[in-house]
Amino acid sequence: MSTVIDHGHADHAHGPAKGLMRWVLTTNHKDIGTMYLWFAFTMFLLGGSFAMVIRAELFQPGLQIVEPAFFNQMTTMHGLIMVFGAVMPAFVGLANWMIPLMIGAPDMALPRMNNFSFWLLPAAFLLLVSTLFSPGGGPNFGWTFYAPLSTTYAPESVTFFIFAIHLMGISSIMGAINVVATILNLRAPGMTLMKMPLFVWTWLITAFLLIAVMPVLAGCVTMMLMDIHFGTSFFSAAGGGDPVLFQHVFWFFGHPEVYIMILPAFGAVSSIIPTFSRKPLFGYTSMVYATASIAFLSFIVWAHHMFVVGIPLVGELFFMYATLLIAVPTGVKVFNWVSTMWQGSLTFETPMLFAVAFVILFTIGGFSGLMLAIAPADFQYHDTYFVVAHFHYVLVPGAIFGIFASAYYWLPKWTGHMYDETLGKLHFWLSFVGMNLAFFPMHFVGLAGMPRRIPDYNLQFADFNMVSSVGAFMFGATQIFFLFIVIKCIRGGTPAPAKPWDGAEGLEWSVPSPAPYHTFTTPPEVK
Amino acid sequence: MNTSVPLKRLVTRLLILVLAMFAFGFALVPIYDVMCKAFGINGKTAGQYEGEQIVDPSRQVRVQFLSTNAIDMVWEFHSKADEIVVNPGAVNEMLFVAYNPTDKPMTAQAIPSISPAEAAMYFHKTECFCFTQQVLQPGERIEMPVRFIVDRAMPKDVKHLTLAYTLFDITARQAPVAANSGG
Repeated sequence: MSTVIDHGHADHAHGPAKGLMRWVLTTNHKDIGTMYLWFAFTMFLLGGSFAMVIRAELFQPGLQIVEPAFFNQMTTMHGLIMVFGAVMPAFVGLANWMIPLMIGAPDMALPRMNNFSFWLLPAAFLLLVSTLFSPGGGPNFGWTFYAPLSTTYAPESVTFFIFAIHLMGISSIMGAINVVATILNLRAPGMTLMKMPLFVWTWLITAFLLIAVMPVLAGCVTMMLMDIHFGTSFFSAAGGGDPVLFQHVFWFFGHPEVYIMILPAFGAVSSIIPTFSRKPLFGYTSMVYATASIAFLSFIVWAHHMFVVGIPLVGELFFMYATLLIAVPTGVKVFNWVSTMWQGSLTFETPMLFAVAFVILFTIGGFSGLMLAIAPADFQYHDTYFVVAHFHYVLVPGAIFGIFASAYYWLPKWTGHMYDETLGKLHFWLSFVGMNLAFFPMHFVGLAGMPRRIPDYNLQFADFNMVSSVGAFMFGATQIFFLFIVIKCIRGGTPAPAKPWDGAEGLEWSVPSPAPYHTFTTPPEVK
Repeated sequence: MNTSVPLKRLVTRLLILVLAMFAFGFALVPIYDVMCKAFGINGKTAGQYEGEQIVDPSRQVRVQFLSTNAIDMVWEFHSKADEIVVNPGAVNEMLFVAYNPTDKPMTAQAIPSISPAEAAMYFHKTECFCFTQQVLQPGERIEMPVRFIVDRAMPKDVKHLTLAYTLFDITARQAPVAANSGG
């Protein structure tokens, strides 16, 4: 690809530009990856602080701290910011940093577009968060923004919300196109598809999911915009439309979206567990096919979010069985991770602790997902805290622990220093205990009937909610501690060798630590 | 480089995929309508009656009527009777009353819904005030007919049907004409 790689540059390799403009104008995948990761962490703290407001209000029954209207904005913004601002950009950041290093490419295939996709995000989230200060308040209709709550009954600020979604959608689509182009076109000689690390594989599949469903989300919010401002009636029954249609369009995007948030974590964990087990990954090929199967199935299960809207029995059965089917490829993956550890020489450095916790806790979240997939049972669980417990178990110890594991695993490569292992382990244990304290009791209150998104609850849920809140405060405070660990690691520490983990494999460990500004300007030979 | 497709062509293909999926999002709207018709979801009732025009005197079905005002709708709106018992195959009529208590002419649209869903495709309306919009002058009261046939082929286990109407104020969308017959 001579159009992309200017071979003339290799002769006079230069470092980064100086000053602020380095970050504004950069087309370097490492710079952009770093910006994505810092942005995601900032959003993680912001979305987390909204969660703290929610848990503070729910610490005791009754209304104490915030108005119900503000509580609604907090649940909505917490979800939107965590999904679109924290988890997705964190994975794009990891992709930017690691995919070129893993496949022996000098940079991403479309570096200028890469810069643009990042800088759209601060604009999108500034727009979104600014609505909180507008008269009438920010979005208050839940992160799923069901019509007509988000159309007929929405606050004025909904239009800003729609444009923010458009911007972040465009950013995600461009990022995904970049990832596909990089993986398909810039692999080093000899790096066949079936030799790629699983993180690259899972990201390739994730990128196709993004390309397939982010435009549907864009269409969905465009229909909302037209209903609100241009007199159409896509979702308005008064004009011949149907609010249930909104849920179909939204979840056609929404269900693949949950796999977008977990597949890259699967990939990262599939690199980390073999490293600290000192064994090659068990069942590489089956991992690739399992990921592809999950991605395919994610397109035909969306209505399991809508079992109670009144879909016909045949629909309930189809979506129930299709959903249960996802347990098969997911089970293959869990089996492979456990088999990789089996009889390995395990050590439990921080990345491995997060990875093992990921396997165990994500499986718990998967099991509650199976319970929810059973249509008649879902009639009871629907819109209760059981659902909240389920998706926090797959997102926090799933996606977020996957990101933490990746961060600790590759921090030596990024910074050139080893992080403080004692502090890292402390971060893990505090996160582990805090997270379980916060989310495990939600299963019980959910089964007992506590509805989600409500600022008050019945007295019998008081004790469990207090435990949840204490756990949430603990988990939240622990993440400030993570910030401290990362800054400490950037500022100094034991110098990291090129390959700090003795069991690690892959091209990223063949370059020095910290990774030079330009790597693989001459493609490595992969045998 | 193990490149199979040049970068430009690859990106073009991916962009076409993006546009196609954006269009697919909108295509979901007609697809949804077709599916609703096929499965009788959300009050999408069956088309013209094509069964035998013979009354089945051996079978009786209770048809219940619900009238609801959508939020912000101020009209008085109810059926003349809460329920009637009908024989499949017979043509039945029910009158609904609407009254505009305000001092402004208003336009309304009624949206029907049948439950249980599996009976929707066996419920045929030959005339319904929901086929058109209603314009009522200040203080005007009208009676609006619904004529329907319950299909003889309706599953035997359905003994009770509900026909629900929600009345929406669409004055802002469709300004009422000054003089009219109250459609």
